Amino acid sequence: MKRSKRSALLSTLFMGLGQFSNRKIVKGILFFAFELYILIFTIPYFRHSLWGLFTLGETPQHFVNGKATGDNSINLLMNGFLSAILLALAVLAYVLNIVDAYRTGKDLESGKEKQKIGGVKNLLDKLFPVFMLTPAFIVSVFLVIFPMISSFAIAFTNYSSPYHIPPKNLISWVGFDNFKNIFTLDVWNDTFVGIAIWTVLWAIISTITVYFGGLFLALLTNSKDIKFKKFWRSIFALPMAMPGFISLLIMRLAFNGMGPINQLLMNMGFDRVNWLTDPFIAKVVLIIVNLWLSSAGFMVMMSGILTSISKELYEAADIDGASAGQKFRRITLPLVLFATAPLLVMNLAGNINNFGVIYLLTDGGPVNPSYRFAGSTDILLSWVYKMTLQQSQFHMASVVSIIIFVVIATVSFINLKRTRSFREEDLIQ
Amino acid sequence: MSQNIISILRKMLLYTILIVGSIIVLVPIIWIILASFSSGNSLYSSTSLFKNPSLVHYKELFGTTDFGLWYLNTLKIATMNMVLSVVLTMGSAYVFSRFRFKGRKAALSTIMILQMFPSVMSMVAVYVLLKTLGLIDSHLGLVLVYAGGQIPYNTWLIKGYLDSISKSMDEAAKMDGASTYTIFIKIVMPIAKPIMTYLALTNFVMPWMDFIFPQLVLRSPEKKTLAMALYSLVAGQQNTQFTTFAAGAVLVVIPITILFIFLQKYIVEGLSAGANKS
Repeated sequence: MKRSKRSALLSTLFMGLGQFSNRKIVKGILFFAFELYILIFTIPYFRHSLWGLFTLGETPQHFVNGKATGDNSINLLMNGFLSAILLALAVLAYVLNIVDAYRTGKDLESGKEKQKIGGVKNLLDKLFPVFMLTPAFIVSVFLVIFPMISSFAIAFTNYSSPYHIPPKNLISWVGFDNFKNIFTLDVWNDTFVGIAIWTVLWAIISTITVYFGGLFLALLTNSKDIKFKKFWRSIFALPMAMPGFISLLIMRLAFNGMGPINQLLMNMGFDRVNWLTDPFIAKVVLIIVNLWLSSAGFMVMMSGILTSISKELYEAADIDGASAGQKFRRITLPLVLFATAPLLVMNLAGNINNFGVIYLLTDGGPVNPSYRFAGSTDILLSWVYKMTLQQSQFHMASVVSIIIFVVIATVSFINLKRTRSFREEDLIQ
Repeated sequence: MSQNIISILRKMLLYTILIVGSIIVLVPIIWIILASFSSGNSLYSSTSLFKNPSLVHYKELFGTTDFGLWYLNTLKIATMNMVLSVVLTMGSAYVFSRFRFKGRKAALSTIMILQMFPSVMSMVAVYVLLKTLGLIDSHLGLVLVYAGGQIPYNTWLIKGYLDSISKSMDEAAKMDGASTYTIFIKIVMPIAKPIMTYLALTNFVMPWMDFIFPQLVLRSPEKKTLAMALYSLVAGQQNTQFTTFAAGAVLVVIPITILFIFLQKYIVEGLSAGANKS
């Protein structure tokens, strides 16, 4: 039998054997140890994990002689997925082990292996990508992908207060019921549609105002008629440099019913305004505060673009007798737009999830009696947050998360395609 | 003559807008600074702000609350997060930019999808996971959540930046027999310094700003971070500790703002790289 086939077969029998037969001792030991680890520490528990994942437990927690026993559904669910991920990794390693044994065998047959300059240095060098990727890979699998899969899964369970909160009660799989409910059950649907409309409005209006606010400030501070451009620009850039959450808390206090703004109005003989407690005014305040907070970022970037536009373009336009307005519309605006279009879409996607502004300024309030677990200014993400941390409606929080995710992914995908087409334009070299 | 008048009017208009704009930007900042030095306690006594400046709220901050401890906590978490994030992200971004291997495309698309998923959404699962690992109420748990959460977006960002750097230097060094490690540390890292500074800065600043994950992970008062503590000073209905909040806010804002102003160049660069990363 050929060496390559023999080592592949040996590696199929037990990980690492093929490597041993190819005299790759270190590699062989690593693979061998990995399989031993999986066999001893994972496989025996795997049946229980899978059982847990499918049933989510059968006996709710109860006390026997003062000790709690029973199944905790949410732990079973996460354990199940963890085992599934580990198993997937094990299968991957198994396949890699066979392929590696086969390839090394092939190389040895053709004598290629001998020509290679061996040595530890070369091996370390070859393993560079592995060393660099492994930590990031492990951390992302456990802290990003795994929680994400579990959260997705919760959307298909009834994990929610008051009747389905482990460990006191069990939770169970309910299929697509939650998705059906959010679109058909009036209490959920009214809230969802109302909040979704406001989320989209909020994202569009806040993006546009911030974008043009930034453009306006950039043009203003770059105008050739003013002195100390840098000084003015630094002042307008301050909101960007300040920690956002502090600015927002300051604003929350300033617009407070008894706060300084109302005080000032009353001193001037006006009535006080319910800045944060009237649904409509609160929304306007949110947009204005966001403008205050976020224009600076666009201003700084657009200033960079404005200064990089070649002076010759304007000189040529002057010779052709173009007016200031024409120069702006035909030269400045298109160039700035082209350079910032991807950012504009990114900002839109960001604003859909601009949870900080809403949470810190109004906390979603004022209360909206026709909404379920949400206030009038809540956006989808702040609703998710409330359902998760305050109301324990984990199932619906997950459903809404998935919906947001699908929308954002679509927007970003379109953005990606558009930026590609932008690249093919000759406008910017 | 009339041309002259128009130009003067134009200038006046421009300066008026500049001044009004500056006032709008500066007033909230000045208000909070004055409030932190006022001797009173109230949110709305606008006249008393200018009388009797005192340091009483700063003393209060260090005397009656654990402000100093929270400051140190935040500094510690921020530094740990900065180091861990740079280590995790630079290496993987470099590999994705310079190496071609099986599954690279699939991994990149996965990262692309992952970075669209706001971390708030998987909070429940993160909580259960940390609890299982015994990392609830520990700073390490919080750092892991931060450093893990930033990997997808920043890997993508830095990979894009490294792609735009010519490979000729790498290749020349390789010809001279330099190992991949030497190339990475001696050649790529120095060239990528601007984006690395951006990465380090954003990850350092993150824990100073975030008040969501500390609420999820940290439990005991002596482990609190600043953002969380400041939030709890004013989030209640009463707002009685407004002036204490003001003093705390000033102490947080000053270092962060100075950091931003000094590193402004890198921030703009990072933001622009974000725009081009796709």
